[in-house]
Amino acid sequence: MLDVTKDNFEAEVLQTSGAVLVDFWGEKCEPCKALMPEVHKLAEQYGDKLKMCKLNTTENRRLAISQKVLGLPTFIIYKDGEKIKEISGAENCTPESIETLIKEFI
Amino acid sequence: MSKIYDVAIVGGGPAGLSAGLYASRAKMSAIIIEKGKWGGQASTTEELENYPGSVEHPTGPKVTERMKLQAEAFGTECLKDEVIGFDFLEKIKVVKLAKGEIKAKTVIFAAGAQPMLLGAPGEIELRGKGVSYCATCDADFFTELEVVAIGGGDAAVEESIYLTKFAEKVTIVHRRDEFRAAKSIVEKAMQNDKIQVIWNTVVEEIYGDGIVEGIKMKNVQTGEVTDFKTDGVFVFVGTKPITETIKGHVELDAKGYIIADEEMRTSVEGVFAAGDVRVKSLRQVVTACADGAIAAVNAEKYIEKNFEHITLPDAK
Repeated sequence: MLDVTKDNFEAEVLQTSGAVLVDFWGEKCEPCKALMPEVHKLAEQYGDKLKMCKLNTTENRRLAISQKVLGLPTFIIYKDGEKIKEISGAENCTPESIETLIKEFI
Repeated sequence: MSKIYDVAIVGGGPAGLSAGLYASRAKMSAIIIEKGKWGGQASTTEELENYPGSVEHPTGPKVTERMKLQAEAFGTECLKDEVIGFDFLEKIKVVKLAKGEIKAKTVIFAAGAQPMLLGAPGEIELRGKGVSYCATCDADFFTELEVVAIGGGDAAVEESIYLTKFAEKVTIVHRRDEFRAAKSIVEKAMQNDKIQVIWNTVVEEIYGDGIVEGIKMKNVQTGEVTDFKTDGVFVFVGTKPITETIKGHVELDAKGYIIADEEMRTSVEGVFAAGDVRVKSLRQVVTACADGAIAAVNAEKYIEKNFEHITLPDAK
């Protein structure tokens, strides 16, 4: 999974044509960290069909806020640079719901 | 025939992990099933000052991680899967999972509780946009900003103190004129310059265009409604039990908590409840651990009484 930061977010997400999934996570977010291995598995499974990135919000706080993300975990699908769909909160972000989200855009 | 465990434990928080530890140390075969994060709610709090022995900057994630390692060290199996239902009709109980099933002589249900929603307009829409239920997860975002915390229990006051490490100002909005939280915590909060409290007030609406911009709140004594600008809203208004999967199988109270006796026995023989999920007066890590231990010991007693001392057929 590609790590996106304030330096490459524009190029890798906003300027990318087609769909991109971004996993917004944080170093202190236990639910995010618990999800991470599952998300990596999904990236292995669907990575060739959907571009999947992760963004460390602890290190890129302003960037996250600019994307109106103020809560973790959050998963957002961008399409041609536009925010299309998102899920947020520990109860809503499960391996199943993330897989469903991915399948919608491949 | 698949393996039959002595104990199947549902939930990997302090109650479940303690049950696993005690069961494994009693040489019972034990498996814990957890669908989300190991450590339960305790893993989402930084402050764990009231858990005996956890001194010198203990954190929820650190302490619960050790609980898991400790249980595993004695042989408890930890499985990541989701429980979708039960079959308690036969002597051997079945725990139905998203990816299969587990058979066991006893079941300890320790699925815990989760934060309750406030129920105000805007709350759902602005979740992850400034509305949060987890201070450790989201406090970072509010560095040098102003936030509101709603509630008056231990969690509300304790997490507000934690939030002051990041936010410029934390306003606690509470519907009563005093906190339910422990006195020592309240004292600490009152001495904190960054915390202010608005008493006798309920939040009627959370609003904002894409992200939280403010709340509308009402004084319950005067009825006066005021507008309050804020960057974030942290909701700590209590918890609700996670009992959807076991509903209909064991007796619950009106709020959905499992009714169990002092020995953690539920209305079904061989099925025990432990931790926040059961009817009790104090929901803390320390009481969850105690429940887990008691449940495991009684599971052992139940097995001794109800099963012959022969090894049941194993898949091996």
